[in-house]
Amino acid sequence: MPQSIPTCAPRTLVDKIWTRHVVVQDGAEVLLYVDRAFIHEGASHAFDKLEEEGRSVARPRQVFAFTDHYVPTIGRDRGLSGIANADIRNMIVRLHANADKHGIRLFGIDDPHQGILHIVPPEQGITQPGLMICGADSHTATHGAFGCIAFGIGASEMMHVMATQAIWQRPQKSMRITIDGELGFGVAPKDVILAIVALIGVDGGTGHIIEYAGSTLRRMSMEGRMTICNMSIEAGARAGMVAPDETTFEYLHGRAYAPKASGWDAALAFWKTLPSDEGARYDREVALSAPEIAPMVTWGTNPAQGAPVTGVVPDPRDVADAIAAQEVASAIEYQGLAPGMALGDIRVDRVFIGSCTNSRIEDLRAAAEVAKLGKAVVSAWVVPGSQHVKRQAEQEGLDAVFRNSGFEWREPGCSLCTAINGDQLRPGERCASTSNRNFKGRQGPGGRTHLMSPAMAAAAALKGRLTDVRELLRRG
Amino acid sequence: MNPFARISAIAVPIDEPNVDTNQLCPTRFNKLPRGPAYARVLFHDRRFNADGSEKEHILNAEPFNRAQIIVADRNWGSGSSRESAVYALYEFGIRCIIAPSFADIHLNNCYKNGLLPVVLGEAECEALRGQLRDRPGATIAVDLDAQTVTDARGGIHRFDIDPVRKKCLLEGLDDIARTLQYQRAFEAFEADYRNERAWLYA
Ligand code: SF4
Repeated sequence: MPQSIPTCAPRTLVDKIWTRHVVVQDGAEVLLYVDRAFIHEGASHAFDKLEEEGRSVARPRQVFAFTDHYVPTIGRDRGLSGIANADIRNMIVRLHANADKHGIRLFGIDDPHQGILHIVPPEQGITQPGLMICGADSHTATHGAFGCIAFGIGASEMMHVMATQAIWQRPQKSMRITIDGELGFGVAPKDVILAIVALIGVDGGTGHIIEYAGSTLRRMSMEGRMTICNMSIEAGARAGMVAPDETTFEYLHGRAYAPKASGWDAALAFWKTLPSDEGARYDREVALSAPEIAPMVTWGTNPAQGAPVTGVVPDPRDVADAIAAQEVASAIEYQGLAPGMALGDIRVDRVFIGSCTNSRIEDLRAAAEVAKLGKAVVSAWVVPGSQHVKRQAEQEGLDAVFRNSGFEWREPGCSLCTAINGDQLRPGERCASTSNRNFKGRQGPGGRTHLMSPAMAAAAALKGRLTDVRELLRRG
Repeated sequence: MNPFARISAIAVPIDEPNVDTNQLCPTRFNKLPRGPAYARVLFHDRRFNADGSEKEHILNAEPFNRAQIIVADRNWGSGSSRESAVYALYEFGIRCIIAPSFADIHLNNCYKNGLLPVVLGEAECEALRGQLRDRPGATIAVDLDAQTVTDARGGIHRFDIDPVRKKCLLEGLDDIARTLQYQRAFEAFEADYRNERAWLYA
């Protein structure tokens, strides 16, 4: 991997960034310089450890804090006092206090730029090509869409990053996933990543950093690229990335934290050197053909247990490996489904459009496009990823579209993705969700989750069951 | 961090691949400060009813409720980065997990908390779990220095571990002390880096 490759050999995007961040090597590990660290309310464990050891934050200006996991998605005009549950309120109060104490830029509950830690940094231009980014959250891979190495870490490692602005890592293997061709009608970036996870499995990327490449990615917006990188962890990968290009540069230009004036020119010249060289080698290569990808839904309790919406719930008896068969059977039982049942016959009780996977402006536009074709027949929530997204959507009139179609328009946060702020499913409730995880109980104890794209989730809201959005759109 | 050298303890088989951190520590417990309360959090929603009474679960039953070792299946600890999943394991009493493979972030979190993850082959793990099912309460011995697992029948299985990680666990060394040894290299690196990428610090 990185260090062993002579500098004249063609290098990958990840090699170039990794190598430049090595401070020292110690045995099989290297100490990597961290450009930026992102934390949320859950960093209380990391702050407690810092406190315990009497340490301080080494580079507070390179740490950014976000209130997202615990913030309520209604009643926000009352700020902190609008949170009835004292334990939940306390998590936010503690983050505010810790950020204040250590001089960290906080996107607090009242901040006009508040939002999810994987939505706000790109919006603000804090996420940039060539950086090494660590986040106290497994979906930090989202930022790799800008051509940086971004990965999630636990509390102990985050404490280390905050105390030293560096992290010990061992080399990762490289994997390139190439997606070529035009996506079909009604098929979204979310379908691409669900298809990838279903193809390579929940541990298919373990020990790897994935570079997504190919003509489909090149044509894709930053929003779409972020959706794809976001779920790299669902395939077990440490990180996912896309080489920066004109789309990236255009997105970043003029953002609050993006380089300005001569700084921009210097940055741009550097960013252009980052894409993988012609002939660079990867430890593993996977290829997909975009036109063959259909709108996807998950039927099971891990993100690889998905299929095209036109498919059926699998039969454990068709699975050769005994343990795998048992896993399928247990998922079907938990989900309250029957083998062989058409996915399109699965009725849902709730719909959630939101999360760091799918709560950006394009996601809301795609959902609104479908929502306006009818009325929601089940409870359907739209939770924008940030205040910025929310304002933009309101300027475009999307909130009105949703409201007129019976969807609830809420305040930004993680909400029903992780069910930690009080937004949660009741036991047995079934939800069509644009989030990234369908583990047992992820959206609340006993809750059942089906993952899909924003347009597909909106379609499920109108029909009350999993629905092929292409039929709705064609008719609409 | 407490050092890890060797243990000989009751081991519990968990016959399920892809156990995610949401099972080990359901999200709503993430906010608990670290402490003994985490013992009940482990597999909480599978072990307890809403009213707090116990469900049928292998970790609730004698002698497995005293286990210090888990023998698991592949991709243990997938999903969320929550370190609270490791706190739950640790407070329950678990000191070692033997599995064919681990999810990345969870693996690191184990090392950082003095909990030893041991990778053995898929068939070996399956055989170990079989022994434990046949003889509930059987003990397994894990010796980090020798890098061996001695199963319930006296069979010896060698495992690999990175020398740096081994040393940290054996000595209970924390990473920050190690990093600070390189403070001068870090400062030289950073000065050069800031110079090269001035736009990041404008
Ligand atoms: S939206 Fe969900 S996955 Fe994303 S950061 Fe929040 S809790 Fe994590």
